[in-house]
Amino acid sequence: MSTVLKIILQRLALGVLTLFVVSILIFAAVNMLPGDFAQAILGQGATPDAVEAIRRDLGLDQPPVARYFQWLAGALQGDLGNSFAQANFASFVGADSGGNTASVATQIAPRFWNTMFLAGVTALIAVPFSVVLGILAALYRNSVFDKFTNIFTLSSISSPEFFLAYILILFLAVLNPWLPSLSNIYQGMGFGERLEKTLLPALTLTLVVTAHMMRMTRAAIINLLASPYIEMARLKGLSPMRVIVRHALPNALAPIINVIALNLAYLITGVVVVEVVFVYPGIGQLFVDSVKIRDIPVVQACCLIFAGAYILLNLTADIMSIISNPRLRHPK
Amino acid sequence: MSRLLTMKDVWIEGRSDESWNPIINGIDLHLDKGEVLGLIGESGAGKSTMGLAAMGFCRDGVRISKGSVEFEGIDLLKASAAKKRALLGKRIAYVAQSAAASFNPAHRIIDQHTEGPVQHGVMSKSESERDAMELYAKLRLPDPEQIGFRYPHQVSGGQLQRAMTAMAMSCRPDLIIFDEPTTALDVTTQIEVLASIRDIVEQFGTAAIYITHDLAVVAQMADRIKVLLKGDEVETADTRTMLSSPKEDYTKSLWAVRDFVRPAKPAVHTSATPVVSVQGVTAAYGKVDVLNEVSFDIHEGRTVAVVGESGSGKSTTARCITGLLPPRQGVIEFDGVALPADYRKRNKAQLRQAQMIYQMADTALNPRKTIGEIIGRPVEFYMGLKGREKRRRVEELLDEIELPADQYIDRLPSELSGGQKQRIGIARALAAEPKFIICDEVTSALDQLVAEGILKLLARLQDELHLSYMFITHDLATVKSIADEVVVMKDGEVVEQGPKAQMFQPPHHPYTDLLLSSVPEMDPDWLSTLLAERGIDNIGDAAVNKMSYNGTQSKGC
Amino acid sequence: MSFWLEIMGVLLGCLAAGWLFQFAGEKITHGKPFFRDMPLSIAFGYALGAVVLVWIVWSYYLARTLEAPEVNKYFFFRRAIDAFILFAIAAWLFRLLGRSVGTQGTKKLFRQMPLTASFGLLTILIYALLAIFAGVLAPYGQEQIIQGAAANIAPGGDPAMGGNPAYPLGTDQIGRDILSRLIYGAQNTVGIAFATTCLAFVLGGTLGFLAATLGGWLDQVLSRGVDVLMAIPSLIFALLLMTIASAWAGSEKGLLTFYMVVIIAVIDSTRVFRLARAVGANIVVMDYIEAAKLRGEGLFYLIFKEILPNAISPLLAEFGLRFCFVFLTIASLSFLGVGIQPPLADWGTMVRDLAQFINFAAFAPQVASAPLLAAGAIALLTVAVNFVVDWMLHRSSGLKE
Repeated sequence: MSTVLKIILQRLALGVLTLFVVSILIFAAVNMLPGDFAQAILGQGATPDAVEAIRRDLGLDQPPVARYFQWLAGALQGDLGNSFAQANFASFVGADSGGNTASVATQIAPRFWNTMFLAGVTALIAVPFSVVLGILAALYRNSVFDKFTNIFTLSSISSPEFFLAYILILFLAVLNPWLPSLSNIYQGMGFGERLEKTLLPALTLTLVVTAHMMRMTRAAIINLLASPYIEMARLKGLSPMRVIVRHALPNALAPIINVIALNLAYLITGVVVVEVVFVYPGIGQLFVDSVKIRDIPVVQACCLIFAGAYILLNLTADIMSIISNPRLRHPK
Repeated sequence: MSRLLTMKDVWIEGRSDESWNPIINGIDLHLDKGEVLGLIGESGAGKSTMGLAAMGFCRDGVRISKGSVEFEGIDLLKASAAKKRALLGKRIAYVAQSAAASFNPAHRIIDQHTEGPVQHGVMSKSESERDAMELYAKLRLPDPEQIGFRYPHQVSGGQLQRAMTAMAMSCRPDLIIFDEPTTALDVTTQIEVLASIRDIVEQFGTAAIYITHDLAVVAQMADRIKVLLKGDEVETADTRTMLSSPKEDYTKSLWAVRDFVRPAKPAVHTSATPVVSVQGVTAAYGKVDVLNEVSFDIHEGRTVAVVGESGSGKSTTARCITGLLPPRQGVIEFDGVALPADYRKRNKAQLRQAQMIYQMADTALNPRKTIGEIIGRPVEFYMGLKGREKRRRVEELLDEIELPADQYIDRLPSELSGGQKQRIGIARALAAEPKFIICDEVTSALDQLVAEGILKLLARLQDELHLSYMFITHDLATVKSIADEVVVMKDGEVVEQGPKAQMFQPPHHPYTDLLLSSVPEMDPDWLSTLLAERGIDNIGDAAVNKMSYNGTQSKGC
Repeated sequence: MSFWLEIMGVLLGCLAAGWLFQFAGEKITHGKPFFRDMPLSIAFGYALGAVVLVWIVWSYYLARTLEAPEVNKYFFFRRAIDAFILFAIAAWLFRLLGRSVGTQGTKKLFRQMPLTASFGLLTILIYALLAIFAGVLAPYGQEQIIQGAAANIAPGGDPAMGGNPAYPLGTDQIGRDILSRLIYGAQNTVGIAFATTCLAFVLGGTLGFLAATLGGWLDQVLSRGVDVLMAIPSLIFALLLMTIASAWAGSEKGLLTFYMVVIIAVIDSTRVFRLARAVGANIVVMDYIEAAKLRGEGLFYLIFKEILPNAISPLLAEFGLRFCFVFLTIASLSFLGVGIQPPLADWGTMVRDLAQFINFAAFAPQVASAPLLAAGAIALLTVAVNFVVDWMLHRSSGLKE
């Protein structure tokens, strides 16, 4: 057991290190802006006084390394700095900046939970659906069913998320008014209503993720079914059910869990476009809006959150496959 | 004796390139109770397909298109899936080539053993476990009470192969199909597994089909031998009849292969400068020493065979000589001059002098280049020949290796047979006009007839061009046929060296003795005689372990 | 509630029909193994498939016979089926053509080709022609604000709906012909994606092969660097860098498009690097590479003469996949408003601009089809490329499956 523990700890340390390097990368990238933040917010025509005020406000007069560690320390405590959009506004009206309304954290927090809700609903639909379909396609490979699902999933993977979203809107919201096409979610909404408004974006994401997950599950299972020990099990006269449950599944678990984690990580990217299409008040939409108005602290924070989630999920996939490997679990 | 299995006019096809191509063309096969039938043939003869068909089973992309397979009156090809399942494992069992891949890595060995009997309702789980331990003991597995409770990856290959034989025996079947069970094992391990399998099959009176490409092995195991060639039957006869008087030309040629022996050349003057001299070479991968103080000389026009089992350091020695693995200590001298240890530091002339021929001709030739390009490159690179001169030289070289130049020069390696590819490898080495060639297991991936042709070619070239060979091999028959001198290696050390004539006569170092005696011979009584001589506990791993205890070798395990 | 009951009823009906199918089949054929060994689950699958097929045929029948306004509901369904049949026939004819014209090799290739792959090849060919001859085919220029035509002419060409037959897909908010912009979109979107993918391959491929051949510290540094870059989701990373690029580019829109090409190429080259390194590492251990090394060949010869020719087929398949990925990323960025910049016509931007037309689908389906055409154009090309790549991969994997 100790070797497994050692490897897992190694992976965890590597994950933390990666996140650290990624945070440096994000911070450094933003520091490549021409001029500085202040200039970027106010544009070319700004008065030197206004620029200077914002520079001081944001602590831009300090060296980059010091700023990085301040930012990192803040981020670790949940303080992600102040939004430029707000700071800009505050400095013009002369109000005290740094108030609660302006902080990035308060902007992100509710949207973060909205996004988690969307991802959660998607995962709940997509995971069981795609794993079952993937296993079926692998078992009946080269059948009509398999060929049909192959074409269907390939098409679904190839379509941009917004295409799928508009197709779903067309059929499920416009032509047949079953579901709302806009997801105007607000705080204090009932769960049922919230679920109804989340359903269409969740279905869009499901289409994308299911296709990926199903194909990967199918490939993993086919790979496994080709191994000599499955042939051996069949030659021992075991029933097809027993071959699958007892001989294939224990070994399939690792690749399937891996596939699930990887696709949940993929969700992170998909969420951005889908949230924009449905005007879903999540972190992805905030991110895109901030990119357009160059609200750097928000962009940085969102980026860090996305990267963190991505690394975490990949790490989970990694660790799961280590734990489920009998060679590592029962060392010599 | 009553009839157990009857296969009549079986035709099998495999799917490739969107069409069905024949694998087996109408073969009849029958087997009585308690009889052992040897099924032999070269690769691609369809032996394994035939073995699986005897269980009414086909792999994906393979189908039995015609014929019948009757097991005790039940036609396996017409029986329902459920009826067939009731027979498989219970009355017909299977032992696969690679035990390591055929055991499920997720379950313990004994749980996989008991699964068959419990599912078929032959025994309860606890009965079957006790039975498994008895079988393990019968098969002379170490620690039979406990070994079953390990996972497959925790047990060595030879032990796993025996555990799989035990698993096949778990329901006391009437028939077992052995599909090349010892091919992946070393000679000293192979003999142990052979002895165990033969014992237990005799003890329970089980009928068996034993599939292998090794004549000597099948001679020990089978009562009757059937020879296959490209999906057709060549001939069938009792083992002794078959060995003493084969009828068909093909069978005769198979039997005659090992007759090629080249007389050893007279001893060399001790004062002569050797072409290659390996002096006290110690080398390591990372921190682990894999070679320890290896020294030997190779003289002009001589063949030195380096023998040993996998992991003995034969190939590592070659890597040291070529400079791919710079030794930690010691030097390699060429014509009395020390070579730089790293091949990157050697100059063109030094690199040209020593060439190499590889075991797997498939990976040794770039599949995207034509034969002309492959042989032409060293001609151009070393000799500076271009255009028509280069082509003429390539044609000369193709003549040298007995391939018609105009037919082969523009072909790709994939359009050639295994033996032809190996010849191209030889031509590429000759193109550099070297003095010394390392032959790394050059015949072990080839069928025996083809291998013989390659050995003859190498011998002729040596005489014509005064080449020196270092011949790496684990096959002692090859050593007997071509070597002048022999170096025996074990665990990275030279155990014994000397002229061939001395090496094949006692007294030997105990390891050389074990190695020599473990090589199966074409005599059906060989295994019995050997077991009687050495004793059942003095073969295979047991014997190797004993050696290290006795302190004859300081580096055991 | 009744909806769920209906579904349950249909499923149960399928189960019964499936059982009947298997039972009857076994009786009629006197126990042919196909029916005898058929599990209930598969029989159920056949029944379900039959029901779905009947439903599709019935809906298509309705779509062709109903009158407005009920038929509006089936408009898109009918168009989809029509397009599907049309493409299937075109692909079949194309394959027939390929089987009878050309060299022995291409004929054999077409003989073994599934319909999906020939559809893919045909589509790619059409897109390529469209992109190359966009200037000839498009009735108007992509930036041309048409004099005399109003802005915001509705798509569909029906004057009653606010359309104009001269502009079958209508005009946009400043009076540019949408059909022309759709055709030019092929040139811009596909061209830029293609250039980006090529750049990514040159960059990632070269570094990947170098890392595989040389190994050692260079391999370590490059691999760890790529690990870090790949730890950030690519679309997110692209958006972050586009923020910065947009500040650099200022008001020069063309420069921003160039920055986008570089950014996406660099991000994507990490994936190419991984593959090239893996493929390269598999080839480097081959004996023929060792033979070349021992001959004293230089690095250039090793990479370009020995390794590259053997890596072509996996790299080609990967090129198709990466192209799809790059193409979708650019389309997504454009859709989000930070990709290809106006006045260049591009499909992602067009979808965003025309999206609100979808809400008219219930009473004016022609109008709603404009944004879907742009989005469908993106999807169609990626589907086509994926079909071809899928077939290539299947071919190279040979009999393994």
